[in-house]
Amino acid sequence: MTQIFAYIPFSNGVAEDVAMEFPTAAAKIDKGASLTAVLTGSGADLDKVANDMTGLYAEVIKISHGDLAYPNAEVVRKALVNVIPAGAIVLAPHNTFGMDLAPGLSVKMNASYAADIVDFAGIEGTVLNASRQELGGAVSTHVAVDIASGAVITIRPGSFAPVEGKTASGAVVDKSANAGDLSAKRKFLEVVQAEVGDVDITKADVLVSIGRGIEEQENIEIAEELAKAMKTVVSCSRPIVDAKWLEKGRQVGTSGKTVKPKVYMAMGISGSFQHLGGLKGNPFIVAVNKNPKAPIFQVADVGIVANIIEFMPELTSAINDL
Amino acid sequence: MEILVCVKRVPDTAENEFELNGAGNDLDRDDLVYSVNEWDNYAVEEAIQIVDKVGGNVTVITVGDSESEEVLRREMAMGANNGILLSDDAFEGSDGKGIATILKAEIEKGKYDLILTGAQADEGAGQVGGMLAAMLDLPYASLVNKIEVSDGKIKVGREIEGGNQEMNEISLPCVLSIQTGINEPRYVGIRGIRKVASVEIPVKSASDLGLAADSIGKAGAKTKRIDYFVPDLGAGAEMLEGSTDEIIAKLIEKLKAKGGL
Repeated sequence: MTQIFAYIPFSNGVAEDVAMEFPTAAAKIDKGASLTAVLTGSGADLDKVANDMTGLYAEVIKISHGDLAYPNAEVVRKALVNVIPAGAIVLAPHNTFGMDLAPGLSVKMNASYAADIVDFAGIEGTVLNASRQELGGAVSTHVAVDIASGAVITIRPGSFAPVEGKTASGAVVDKSANAGDLSAKRKFLEVVQAEVGDVDITKADVLVSIGRGIEEQENIEIAEELAKAMKTVVSCSRPIVDAKWLEKGRQVGTSGKTVKPKVYMAMGISGSFQHLGGLKGNPFIVAVNKNPKAPIFQVADVGIVANIIEFMPELTSAINDL
Repeated sequence: MEILVCVKRVPDTAENEFELNGAGNDLDRDDLVYSVNEWDNYAVEEAIQIVDKVGGNVTVITVGDSESEEVLRREMAMGANNGILLSDDAFEGSDGKGIATILKAEIEKGKYDLILTGAQADEGAGQVGGMLAAMLDLPYASLVNKIEVSDGKIKVGREIEGGNQEMNEISLPCVLSIQTGINEPRYVGIRGIRKVASVEIPVKSASDLGLAADSIGKAGAKTKRIDYFVPDLGAGAEMLEGSTDEIIAKLIEKLKAKGGL
């Protein structure tokens, strides 16, 4: 029988949403597989989340240790290698923690590795069929993962439907004694909170958001004018912050701010999943991009193929004339 | 400090519209524009800035065909001192572990204090750095957006969710994967590339590295790309067409209806 272990990330006593998505992913791998949640941490938070998980998972393993109080990937990896049996399939989220943990875990478990999986199509023999994306979401690929000696797989958060309500009545098993030596060459120091900028994009009902299509720093003024006409502010995607054209607080995405506008004007934004991950509440998305194949057009409500440098001033003046 | 930066030649996502070939099993690669992986430029820039401060050398390395030499030269034009090309038909079809295995073989022949990779490349897996570290038994941090070097140790900041930064102390030698935005990679002009055009770049094969054929390439790959496909993502956006005036008139009606105006 296929054994699947799902690593449950949590903070402040609450499991991340992906905890509800792993059961769906596991069923797509193999309906008959055993599914076990694995949690590492310490104290009351760990106990609470482990207990919460018994409603979703038939078995819940907790590994409690002071060194696991903050999820340092090197320490977590050591504990998992000692607790999860060889040959199993291990699931983790493809987020900043999963990316830190999973590639090295696959080496230490002598298992195959597959990253950022968005769908599974079951097991044939010792091969697990899956789908993922490449080139920033521009193309999709089918991949075959040899699971004969196990696999570590990260799944893209939000790609598998969350299970609702209580679907299992599992029990918590304490494997803390099996964690082994947790000494590490990397030491967690602190989390530095993001600076709060002068503009709060998280409160806006409408956002004019710019990406690479803005081309030059001087062109940001064009977006500012459109935002002014729409009585709102300018937000952006990652490349604009990387180029230091706008401050970090303006960035929408998993590594930036989560926003919940009613209307989102995606101007020259290609639409990577990291960017879309910061967009919640099902906004009405208007995408303007000169590349007709930009992934943003797959998720937008309205699309316009145009160069934003030319299009935005026309739209601004039309709005100002209303 | 001796710093090695692993780089890759990739199709440039900013310069290409990707299409499948006639058979639908690969990209139409005829007119693709290639460049150095964007993340790798940040890694090379960071390495150069560290060496400018504390001394040492920056070596850039890649696994690829003969055309990958151009990305090594580009990074050497930025200021990297040496380049190494790992190239062999036997490397083709390697998965992430295969690439990490090839790099490890060369890394063990040298002595590096710091090994950098880009946080991810064209395949978006973000896997080689973490695998390489585990294979070499070195500490690792991914998505690094800050490095402070001091004696025998470094402090690194990792980009985590919500724009927050996770600070870690990590012992040397170590492997770090570098996130974009950590610095502003310097511009490389034609003159810079010309200056390094005749610098010799050693090329090493599987036998030079003492690699067994079944650990690398297609034979060693446990995760294989089968084909490319176009996913069925439903209807997608309603595309507005017509003259600019017509498009804007339609858009304004929609924005009014949805509370955008």
